[in-house]
Amino acid sequence: MYETLCLSALPEGESAYVTEINAGPAMDRRLTDLGLVRGTRVTCVLKSPAGDPCAYLIRGALIALRRTDADGVTLERQAQGHPTGVAAT
Amino acid sequence: MRRVALAGNPNVGKSTLFNALTGLRQHTGNWAGKTVATAKGEYTFEGEEYQLIDLPGTYSLAAHSQEEAVARDYIQSGQADAVVVVCDATCLERNLILVLQVLELTGKVLVCVNLMDEAKRLGVDVDLPALSKRLGVPVVGASAGREQGLDDLRQAIAVLVSADAPAAPERAPAERVTLAERYAAQVVHSAEAGRLRRQRRLDRLLTSKTTGIPLMLLLFGLVIWLTVAGANVPSALLTELFARIGTVLEGWLAPAPAWLSGLLLDGVYRVTTWVVAVMLPPMAIFFPLFTLLEDLGYLPRVAFVMDHAFQKAKTCGKQCLTMCMSLGCNACGVTGCRIIDSPRERLIAILTSSLVPCNGKFPTLIALITLFFVGGRTGLLASLEGAALLLATLVLGVAGTLACSRLLSATVLKGMPSSFALELPPFRKPRVGQVIVRSMLDRTLFVLGRAVSVAAPAGAVIWLTANVTVGGVSLLTHCTGFLDPFARLFGLDGVILMAFILGWPANEIVLPVMLMAYLATGSLVEFDDLTALGQLLTQHGWTWLTACCTMLFSLFHWPCSTTCLTIYKETGSVKWTALSVALPTMMGLGLCLILATAARLLGLA
Repeated sequence: MYETLCLSALPEGESAYVTEINAGPAMDRRLTDLGLVRGTRVTCVLKSPAGDPCAYLIRGALIALRRTDADGVTLERQAQGHPTGVAAT
Repeated sequence: MRRVALAGNPNVGKSTLFNALTGLRQHTGNWAGKTVATAKGEYTFEGEEYQLIDLPGTYSLAAHSQEEAVARDYIQSGQADAVVVVCDATCLERNLILVLQVLELTGKVLVCVNLMDEAKRLGVDVDLPALSKRLGVPVVGASAGREQGLDDLRQAIAVLVSADAPAAPERAPAERVTLAERYAAQVVHSAEAGRLRRQRRLDRLLTSKTTGIPLMLLLFGLVIWLTVAGANVPSALLTELFARIGTVLEGWLAPAPAWLSGLLLDGVYRVTTWVVAVMLPPMAIFFPLFTLLEDLGYLPRVAFVMDHAFQKAKTCGKQCLTMCMSLGCNACGVTGCRIIDSPRERLIAILTSSLVPCNGKFPTLIALITLFFVGGRTGLLASLEGAALLLATLVLGVAGTLACSRLLSATVLKGMPSSFALELPPFRKPRVGQVIVRSMLDRTLFVLGRAVSVAAPAGAVIWLTANVTVGGVSLLTHCTGFLDPFARLFGLDGVILMAFILGWPANEIVLPVMLMAYLATGSLVEFDDLTALGQLLTQHGWTWLTACCTMLFSLFHWPCSTTCLTIYKETGSVKWTALSVALPTMMGLGLCLILATAARLLGLA
């Protein structure tokens, strides 16, 4: 079973795979430049004191994104109760 | 002469490599986007001359931003005999995306995998020969910060410039990402080491809900406290030394006419030495400490923690980084605003840059805090109290910046915050020795030199205005008398306002001008300690309210002449420059008026 969620909803310390990026033309390009494309594994590593922005591990780099931008990235992961694994590779 | 361009992602150590190869001193630090202009430098290797061009760091060459366009155009123009793409060994996969993109523009590429030492520390191993085979271009490993691998690099460049290699066919962006992923999987071997876990733990400590903001205040407080507490003794020693030299000079100038010795000694010498004595020690402590934090990689974390506030102000989170630069020097902060992509947000950052107190304002603020709010006491408790108050002043400056940015976002620079991604680089072990030497030579002496070059002629002008009399009263007294009624409204007096006006070339000379004006002799006399200074100010009617208003006005008033000029250069507009002068001035006058009126109505002063 897979569940769909957006990047901003990814809890701290958890990972998932990108299925869709729709964060506006400028941000889509920037995210592609950073190596965030469909199938990329993302981990939410840090939450700032206000809970927004959050820092994500993307291809070995720690990148902070604001919630409004992270809202545009859709992820997929194995539903709770199942071990999270290498689903999309 | 051969031309070699340096390209790469932001914050991969390009500038460090550039400096190591050319012996020049571009400013470096552990955060993305320090190189805001293209730098050029030369070196000679085996009798051949090479010109090195440090292109701005970019994530892509798609020409969506100014930096990307600059980098792309340069590489495409074919002006370079070779392009060195610098990569971060700790984050190779992401860096390879840019390498693949450069390879589509030119085949004469050399990949320099930098920060090999950092990678080793983090348990990351890169198979350089394998990478070279995959990419089809030479690959050299280096640790530019430790000057390792430089000769191999020079050698490889020498071979490359005379070789001929075609560009790769163009690929779709997603294709590059997939290819980079595959190559990285084949050549990077990472043992999930304890170092990485420690990095994460430190990151959580510095950015979490409970500890992020307190630790930030504590760290900045510590830097300020060390500056305040450490500067006292060397300042006093310097003052004494300059006084002794002054006595000797006085002897030499004795045969000269009184006006000449007055102008040179009481004007130029006293003001200049005052500026050096009060500025050099705090700067020599503050800059290295701040550079250490920068080298460690702490500043992007500050931006991360503070970003929510900037979101509320509808501006870019990178403004926090430019504010940190403003803390050293407002003009540097203004230039640094180039890291902000959106023109609207960049303009806001430029217009509000002088609301952060620069180093030149610290001595005035420290002196007034010590005299009027710590009661002129010395010792550990007093220095802690002083540092806390200076930190509070700094926080007020930050609050002012946020409020002003919000105001601009709602009025003349309407708009929503643009999207942005902020990279948080791995913490690096600060190179202590290098940091101290570099920050002393590049920052401290640079800023001090500029202040002194302004202070010397200003000293002469001030002495003249204080000693040239019209109708039996000096020019300075005429001016201060004229300004006095107006200044009193704001809790200041004519002398204070006059000092800020004459201090336009450099904030450092505001306090010396005030003293010179207060002293009947019309020149700056020596003060063995702050008590004498306090007495002089109280004699001229200073109360806690005067001190408070002077500090407020020191924090919020027009930017210094260098900053104004830089703002004009960056915006290319008289209108925006005028606004950048009007904004902090109105703010300072407004706050002083409210405070002074309230205090008077309540009978507090």
